[in-house]
Amino acid sequence: MTVSDPTAHDAEALYRELLRGVAALCGPQSQLVGIATGGAWLAERLHADLKLPRHHGVLSSAMHRDDFAQRGLSAREPTRLGFDVNGAHIIVIDDVLYTGRTIRAVVNELFDFGRPADVKLAVLIERNGRELPIQADFAAAHAQLPSGQSLALRRDSNGLLSFVTQARR
Amino acid sequence: MRSVLYRRNPQLNKNGELVHLLSIEGLPASILRQVLDTAESFVSVNDREVKKVPLLRGRSVFNLFFENSTRTRTTFEIAAKRLSADVINLDIARSSASKGESLLDTIANLSAMAADIFVVRHGESGAPYLIAKHVAPHVHVINAGDGRHSHPTQGLLDMFTIRHYKKDFANLTVAIVGDVLHSRVARSDIHALTTLGCAEVRVVGPKTLVPADLSQMGVRVCHTLAEGIRDCDVVITLRLQNERMSGALLPSAQEYFMSYGLTRETLQLAKPDAIVMHPGPINRGVEIASSVVDGKQSVILPQVTFGIAVRMAVMSLVAGNDAN
Repeated sequence: MTVSDPTAHDAEALYRELLRGVAALCGPQSQLVGIATGGAWLAERLHADLKLPRHHGVLSSAMHRDDFAQRGLSAREPTRLGFDVNGAHIIVIDDVLYTGRTIRAVVNELFDFGRPADVKLAVLIERNGRELPIQADFAAAHAQLPSGQSLALRRDSNGLLSFVTQARR
Repeated sequence: MRSVLYRRNPQLNKNGELVHLLSIEGLPASILRQVLDTAESFVSVNDREVKKVPLLRGRSVFNLFFENSTRTRTTFEIAAKRLSADVINLDIARSSASKGESLLDTIANLSAMAADIFVVRHGESGAPYLIAKHVAPHVHVINAGDGRHSHPTQGLLDMFTIRHYKKDFANLTVAIVGDVLHSRVARSDIHALTTLGCAEVRVVGPKTLVPADLSQMGVRVCHTLAEGIRDCDVVITLRLQNERMSGALLPSAQEYFMSYGLTRETLQLAKPDAIVMHPGPINRGVEIASSVVDGKQSVILPQVTFGIAVRMAVMSLVAGNDAN
């Protein structure tokens, strides 16, 4: 589906769509890994809803960001995988696919831990503005937004998801 | 008033971000916590197949050690290399400084070789401040120990170690035992502990090495080991420098060990789960017994390992912040 104003859209409805898409991508050996922080919330919930064994992983882009010289270090949640990356079938989960730079960074981060068999990408929203040749294997929705605007996922104390838009930093 | 003080602090830029690390004194708790939190994410770099991250790729770190050091210089070098920086170690004894070049001329020449970070150890207190005042805005200075003044990365790695084992500073009693008067490590630890809200900091040693007016730093002064370490959570033992004996501040190493040496027996006065730390190098049988160094309460070697992560955190934080 295509949405023009994602803040008006129900993130919970999009999550149900994401759940359906990830279930289709998932094999018996698949490992879900969420990008901190929004993607990690989604991976945690998907993991529970899909009743997957083991624990979901968390990926941080901090060590491989290409804007370190401009923005400095923002190490919030560190990478925590908890499984052997070598030969693993990995599904990376994120909230918004925008420029593709975060995905480039976290794929490099993954390869610091080993050589996975394959890596897929599933996102809640895929929006315009790609700057690298990167695309999602599954996106619950597609959005057109002005280039100066960024979209972020929020999670309230009850675990309910919503979107907010803000000026791009 | 606070903003005026901030502007004057040469370690912070106008946004209050760390651009040089010169001393713990004057840094807000938020910056200390930021370094410790950032270091957490670097500890796990050890668990990777590729034990290297590209944050400082293409940058040059100059290790300028005007005083001897093994541990600090090596861990700074490993930290810089794990961040993918190019590391240049200057052998100062063979450098132009021994031919009479001034410190600032040395720095100007190395800056002309495109240095991005200077890691400086110097016998004179304040030398890193002088360098920080004269470098270009994109160049960063990290104090690796200056005279008796400060050793901020040791202070931070000590805080990282304490937080790792004890989680929180709020209910802790920490005893610093030994030559507190001449120790830049003790000074950095005291500033860090009081800034992070440690419940009680004690300094322990003879009056010649632990003068009563140290209490002005917000610590409790104890002149007997029993009083100093009773019921404490952390014991930080300081190295007894040999020159203190020649300076007539102490009668002999043996006598010092009798009164202030940390042994298995004296350690029993502390809490049963107390940890024992030491900045190194250790003089076994002088300030600490071998059985304690190698005992189960000792975290002396983890301190060294954590030192790499803490120095990675400091270098990557300052390198990402511009002075302007």
